[in-house]
Amino acid sequence: MAQRILQRIVPSAWSTFTAAMALLIAVPVLVVLGQVFVPSGDVWRHLADTVLGDYVRNSLLLMAGVGLGAALIGTGTAWLVTMCRFPGRRWFEWSLLLPLAMPAYVMAYAYADWLQFAGPVQTALRQLTGWRHGDYWFPPLQSPGGAIVVMMLVFYPYVYMLARTAFLEQSVCVLEVSRTLGCGPWRSFATVALPLARPAIAAGVALVMMETLADFGTVQYFAVNTFTTGIYRTWFAMGRPVAAAQLAAALLLFVLAVLLLERWSRGRIRFHHTTDVYRRLPELPLTGMRGALAFLACLLPLALGFLLPAGLLLHLASLQGDALLGPSFFRLAGNSLRLALTTAALAVLISLVIAYGRRLHPTPLLRGAARIAAMGYAIPGTVIAVGVLIPFAAIDNAIDAWARRTLGFSTGLLLSGTTLALVFAYLVRFLAVSSNSIEASLAKIKPSMGEVARTLGYSPGQTMLAVHLPMMRGGMFTAALLVLVDVMKELPATLIVRPFNFDTLAVRVYVLAADERLAEASTAALAIVLVGVVPVLLLSLAIARSRPGYRVAARPAAPGVPPSPAAAAPPAA
Amino acid sequence: MDGLLKRVAMLAGLAGWALAGLVVPAQAAPEAAVNLYSARHYDSDKALYQGFTRRTGIRVNLIEGGGDQLIERIKAEGPNSPADVLIAADAGLLWRAQAAGILQPVASPALEQAIPPRFREPGGHWFGLTKRARVLVYSKARVKPAELASYEGLANPRWKGRIVVRSSSNVYNQSLTGALIAAHGEAATEAWARALVANFARPPSGGDRDQIRAVAAGEADVAISNTYYLGQLINSRRPEERAAAAQVAVFFPNQQDRGTHVNISGGGVARHAPNREAAVRFLDYLVTAEAQQVFARGNFEYPIVAGVATDPTIAAFGTFKEDPLDAAVFGRNNEAALKLMDRAGWK
Repeated sequence: MAQRILQRIVPSAWSTFTAAMALLIAVPVLVVLGQVFVPSGDVWRHLADTVLGDYVRNSLLLMAGVGLGAALIGTGTAWLVTMCRFPGRRWFEWSLLLPLAMPAYVMAYAYADWLQFAGPVQTALRQLTGWRHGDYWFPPLQSPGGAIVVMMLVFYPYVYMLARTAFLEQSVCVLEVSRTLGCGPWRSFATVALPLARPAIAAGVALVMMETLADFGTVQYFAVNTFTTGIYRTWFAMGRPVAAAQLAAALLLFVLAVLLLERWSRGRIRFHHTTDVYRRLPELPLTGMRGALAFLACLLPLALGFLLPAGLLLHLASLQGDALLGPSFFRLAGNSLRLALTTAALAVLISLVIAYGRRLHPTPLLRGAARIAAMGYAIPGTVIAVGVLIPFAAIDNAIDAWARRTLGFSTGLLLSGTTLALVFAYLVRFLAVSSNSIEASLAKIKPSMGEVARTLGYSPGQTMLAVHLPMMRGGMFTAALLVLVDVMKELPATLIVRPFNFDTLAVRVYVLAADERLAEASTAALAIVLVGVVPVLLLSLAIARSRPGYRVAARPAAPGVPPSPAAAAPPAA
Repeated sequence: MDGLLKRVAMLAGLAGWALAGLVVPAQAAPEAAVNLYSARHYDSDKALYQGFTRRTGIRVNLIEGGGDQLIERIKAEGPNSPADVLIAADAGLLWRAQAAGILQPVASPALEQAIPPRFREPGGHWFGLTKRARVLVYSKARVKPAELASYEGLANPRWKGRIVVRSSSNVYNQSLTGALIAAHGEAATEAWARALVANFARPPSGGDRDQIRAVAAGEADVAISNTYYLGQLINSRRPEERAAAAQVAVFFPNQQDRGTHVNISGGGVARHAPNREAAVRFLDYLVTAEAQQVFARGNFEYPIVAGVATDPTIAAFGTFKEDPLDAAVFGRNNEAALKLMDRAGWK
């Protein structure tokens, strides 16, 4: 009897805690959305008459274009480097992640500087051909299409990473079964591996689309008017925070639509793995022409998403570097890294708790709170930052008023303008990143595993530690890495929530780039890339090692386990 | 299991280390200080803060950010805000700060004596510190200065496909349009904006520097830009930027009538400033000859105080008649200007 009561209390404590945490993270989003029901006068009329159509069209176009592009590049390259053997594969495995380290707006600046009419490429073209303005057509980078290309190149690693983790976590058996059933390697990719990896790929594409919607730097520089630029203009230039918040709410409707569409198309299908045989994956050797094609397919996104822009930045830095960065580099890099590490650790922890709570008790409250908490990712950083400032200052001022009244002294602002507030802002913004990868990873573990542990007397917490965590290591590393790199690049919240005299590398980039001094900004941008590359490398190594059975596979193959039987499999009808 | 616990402990330890490192610099220094929220991001401004500390012994604590966002932060922080001084790079922003009720009136003989009345708010809520002129930058090869006259003239169909200017999201364009509204009213200004948009060589994109480079390269013939961006190009270490700057020249518009549109960057004392006296001393310092020199040299802006020499680069553009319009007026016109540009299709 006592045990039964205990059993009832323990899960409810867990789910209450989970819901409270999710709600806490959701506060800034709710603060923004809270404006929705305040009347905003004639602004909507003006927007609808003039620019709203543009906002909707461009946002949808960008979301679809970037999402599709990132899905193709990310999944394709992930499949190639995980399942095939071709020249340079080992190298691509980690280097394909490098574009993650590049802030989108920095890449936009670098490419625009290079490709615009007055830039070196078109100038050389004109000198070569003698053409003048109007004599030729050159694809305009500063257009919706250009923004799509730039963002696709920076964001595809989200899909790559989640898809690769999914492929790595797949049991070799399902693949082998498909091969024995007569599927060629490509067909088993299309009919087995791809559908099995679908939750992970969908999670990655959702992240990409949300990041696209939240982007401000690129679309503003390219003057592509999206919801985000609209929110900025309406809030700041028109001084209409209410209408801006309503625009932000409309933006969230887009996100909701995407998420629901994915969920609906998935229907009731679940994606648990049904076997637990993990061995080194059979690799499909690609030689000759096919090897070269695979090499090119991996090289292209890497070159355009990292090598070329990094080269352009390096060139600019060598021409006119940032003289002030040198002495302060270690301080700025240290600040960036500390913030990123702290946030990454907390984000993984919180995502684990929330994901696990949802698995144990899928109550509507919990589901709703987790959904809202994850929406921070699609909201432009500045809006989130203001959403963080308001409740923090309100709490601080309430404490201060109380202390003045009862204790007779002023506490001032305790939390506002501290790194704590900043880390909280990052969590609000990036929790979706870690949640998505951790949930995708958890979704692949069949419930019976946990159930067995529970019948053996393990508590939910013990089950999580002993059974689930070891199986989710890949997903956790992925989550940590994505958050880490995102925080390193994050700008608007850092800029506005940070304490006095507290600079990061991203702030340094902004300060110079805002003044259109791209060449000087390139030094700090390169530093972000450089500092970001270190965790990318470490964690990609950890991900490769995280595959269940990695250690087994590293040892000589166990006797009795035959090498891949696929080649010998008889074709089935 | 043991390995896992060790790992979790390591993770927690790492987080603890990182957090500990983060909390230390957040603590306020006990010495006398002025807390500055600045939307100016010039490295040369750092020299100003050092100069102030040298003179007064008062330390300058700094947060840089976008003007609008700094206003939001001060608003949210409310009566306990640590902000002493807000500095913005545009009159429109100063006006918005005042409208938001986050600035307090200041009476300072030094400021009133140094700054011409139209560059400071009559109630002493904010004060201009530097001036920037929004001018026409034209191709020396393809445009004769005699063809140019005014902002209004750019609406003439003869400029079809020859004009570049950045997005209407930019506050300098909003202020310029706000000044035109003051001169001609909304309807006429909207007609002007429509005609101007019809003359664009390409959809707006990039910053002012990009517009100047587009003119130099032949993509367009006239750009609307602030003077200091050209100053930066002329003094660039990149040869192609210097070469581009050599292709163009500055034309000061509207010399025959009201004068060229002049914007300011400036600052005011925050409403709940904890160090009010230091804040006023800081603003006083910024209009001394010493500080104005730094402003002028550092970013090729025009000093607000008469008698302080401009940078030679800027001085070479020549002197000009300024539009005497109160900065507060085009600040107030900001929203109307933005809506009007929306209607005119100015992206």
